[in-house]
Amino acid sequence: MNWRSVVPGAFLLVVVIVGALCSFIWTPFDVAGLDIRNKMQTSSAIHWLGTDHLGRDILSMLMVGARTSLAVALVAVFIGMGVGVPLGLFAAARRNSWVDELIMRGNDLVFAFPALLIAIMITAVFGPSAINAIIAIGIFNIPVFARLTRGAAMSLWTREFIMAARVAGKGELRISYEHVLPNLTNLLIVQGTIQFSLGILAEAGLSYIGLGAQPPIPSWGRMLAESQTLITLAPHLALYPGLAIVFTVLGLNLLGDGLRDWLDPRLRRER
Amino acid sequence: MKLHYSIPALLVAGLVSTTAIAARTDVTIGMALEPPNLDPTGGAAAAIDEVVYANIYEGLTRFAPDGSVLPALAKEWTIENDGARYVFSLNEGVTFHDGAQFTADDVKFSFDRAMAEDSTNAQKVLFANIENVEVVDELTVAVNMKQADGSLLFNLAWGDAIILDEASATDAATNPVGTGPFTFVDWVQGDRVEIAKNPDYWGEPVQLESATFKFISEPTAAFAAIMAGDVDVFTNYPAPENLPQLDADPRFSVVLGSTEGETILSMNNASAPLNDLRVRQAISHAINRDEIIDGAMFGYGTPIGTHFAPHNPAYVDLTAQSNFDPEKAKALLVEAGFSEGLTLSLKLPPPSYARRGGEIIAAQLRDVGIDTDIENVEWAQWIEQVFKGRDFDLTIVSHTEPMDIGVYANPDYYFQYDNAELQELMAAFSVETDTAKRDEMLSNAQQIIADDYVNGYLFQLAKTGVANSKLKGLWANAPTQANDLTGVYWED
Repeated sequence: MNWRSVVPGAFLLVVVIVGALCSFIWTPFDVAGLDIRNKMQTSSAIHWLGTDHLGRDILSMLMVGARTSLAVALVAVFIGMGVGVPLGLFAAARRNSWVDELIMRGNDLVFAFPALLIAIMITAVFGPSAINAIIAIGIFNIPVFARLTRGAAMSLWTREFIMAARVAGKGELRISYEHVLPNLTNLLIVQGTIQFSLGILAEAGLSYIGLGAQPPIPSWGRMLAESQTLITLAPHLALYPGLAIVFTVLGLNLLGDGLRDWLDPRLRRER
Repeated sequence: MKLHYSIPALLVAGLVSTTAIAARTDVTIGMALEPPNLDPTGGAAAAIDEVVYANIYEGLTRFAPDGSVLPALAKEWTIENDGARYVFSLNEGVTFHDGAQFTADDVKFSFDRAMAEDSTNAQKVLFANIENVEVVDELTVAVNMKQADGSLLFNLAWGDAIILDEASATDAATNPVGTGPFTFVDWVQGDRVEIAKNPDYWGEPVQLESATFKFISEPTAAFAAIMAGDVDVFTNYPAPENLPQLDADPRFSVVLGSTEGETILSMNNASAPLNDLRVRQAISHAINRDEIIDGAMFGYGTPIGTHFAPHNPAYVDLTAQSNFDPEKAKALLVEAGFSEGLTLSLKLPPPSYARRGGEIIAAQLRDVGIDTDIENVEWAQWIEQVFKGRDFDLTIVSHTEPMDIGVYANPDYYFQYDNAELQELMAAFSVETDTAKRDEMLSNAQQIIADDYVNGYLFQLAKTGVANSKLKGLWANAPTQANDLTGVYWED
C-alpha cells in the first residue's frame, strides 16, 4: 500500500468525520444561537476559530457543516452506485443488444450536460434544499458508475471463470451478481472516493449559489458565500470554510489514490 | 470629451461652474435590482422609477429632494370648490422624445389609462378619488374629484402618475418615450440601461450628456465595481458592512440619509395561524429590533413600531408597543393554543436586510417556540409567489413607496389585512384637506395597525449612498423611489 498517500488522506478524513459525528452530541456552541454583540471576532480561547457576522461560533458551524457535506456527498454516491452499477452490469450482460444501446445512449445523454448545470436545473425546478441537492448530485453520479461498471464487466465476460459459470448453466443476471460484481468491488470503491470528493465540491458549489441546504442549517458553501462582502473586514470568515473544503477534498483524493494503488493488482505488480 | 457643445449649452455650463468644460459629463449609476420593465404605470417594482422617474418621464407635479411637491409639467394650478376640482395650466412648448406635442389630451389619456378597469397600474388607489379628467383647452386640464381631496397634488407626483403619449404608450415597457430631460437610448437586459441628454428639453437643461444605470445584484461585485471606478455611484449601496471602509477612502463620499423604506416582517393575515391577533402579537414581541439592525444592517437603520417613516412629522413612535419581550410572546402563544409551538414559512428575497435579517428573526422566533422554514427566493419568484400568489406565512421586505400606509386599507394587498375601521379612516383621509386633521388621521391609522400587529415592524431603511466624491447634486434622502439626475454634475 502507498502509505505516503493513504495515511495523510485517511487522517484528514478522520478529522472531518470525527468532527461531523461529534457535532451530533456536542458542539462548542449552539449553531443556531446568534450573538450579534460578539460578531466577527477572531480566534480566542472561547471561540477557537472566532465568530461569524451573526456571532455564531465558526468551529461549531464547520462541524455541523461537515455533517451536511458528508451526508449529501455520501448519499449521492450511493444513489449513483445504486442505480449506475446495476445498469452497467445489465448493459454488459446484454452487451451489443438494444438494451445495452438504450442504457448507454441514455447515459451519454445525462453525461452530455455539465454536472453542475443539471444540479442547478433540478434545484431550480424543485426548490432549493439539501434533499434536492442530494438527488441532483446523485443523478450525475449515475452515468459515471454505469459506464465504469459496463466497461470493466465487459472485459470480465470474456474470462474463463465466467465461461465456466455459463457452462454450469447460470443465467446472465445471476453471473453478473455472483461473479462479475465481486470482481468490480475494488474499482467501485476507488471511483466511490473520487465521486465522494466531487460530491463535496458540488454540494459546496450549490450551497454557495443558494441552492443547497437552506438556513439555518450550516453549510460550508453558504458560509463562503456569506463571507464574501466581509472579506476585507474579517478574512477568517472565508478562510476556515475554504480550508475545510480543501482539506476534505484533498483527504479524499489522497485516500482514493492510495486505495487505487493498493487495490489494483496490476499497479501493485509494477511496484 | 465631446466637442460638439452648442453655444447656449456652453453658456449654461459656464454659469454653473467655470471649469465645467473640463469635467466629465457621463455617469454610471449602480443599482442592485434590474427593473422588470420601464413603464412606471405598469409595474410595482421600485427599480422602474429608479431609472425613469424625473429622468425620462415627468408628471404634472414631482417630488423635490426633500419630499415636498413641486410643479413639473403643470406650471401652476388652482384648487376650486374646496378641493373638489383642480385646474392645471400646463407648460408650453413641451414635446415628447419622439417629437409629439404635449397637450392636455395626453394628461387625460394617461389618467384615464391608469384608472381604466383593465389598467395594470400598481397604485390605482392614487386615482381612486378622481371622478373624471376634463380637457379645458390645449394647455389647461381640470381634474374633478368624487369628493374634496387634499392629496391629489402629492398623488400625482408619484411615478405611477407620469404622463405618456397615446402613440408611444403601448411600447412604454421596453421603449419609454417621455417628456423628461433624458431620452432612452438602450436597454441591454441583465446589464444596463443607457439614457442620453434630451437636446430639446423644455425646462432647464441638465449638465450630464449621458448616464448609464448598471445592474449589479451581487454585493461583492458592487464593491469591486465602485472600487475600480466602473460605477460612479450607488444611491443605495447593497452591503452596509463595507460603508466604513468606503467612507475612509478619500475617493468616495458616503451619504447617509432617510428613505421611505419601512422594512417589515410581513405576515399573511388571511391564513391560519397568522389570522389570530395573538400569534401576530407574539411574533412582534419575539423580535429584537436592535439585534436585527446591528446584525443585518451593521447599525444602519431606525427602529419603527408602525408602518410610517420616522422623519415624517406625523410619525408616532409606537416601538414600545411591540417591544422585545420573549416571555410575553410565549404567554401569547400559549393563550392562542400553540403551547407546543408552531412552524411557519419564511420567504426571503435577495437583499441582505432580508437574507441576514431572516436568519436573525428565525433565531429569535425559535427562542419563543416558533420554528421557521426559511426559503431564499429570487425577486421574480418573490413577486410571483408572495406578492401575487400570497403563498407565504412570513416574509421580509422594505416598502419604499412614500406615505404608503394606505395599502393597509386594501384587503387584497399581499398581506391581506382587512379592517373596516382603517378602510373608512383612509377613505376619509383622502378627502380631508386640513393639515392638522390629516396628521391626526395618520396618527390614528398608525395606531390601528400597531394595535392589530398587522406585520412585524422592524426598521426604517437608511439610504446609504456611496458616490465618487467629485459627483455632486445627488439626492441625500429618498423621499420617493428615484435616481433624479437633473441636478447631477461633476466637480472638477
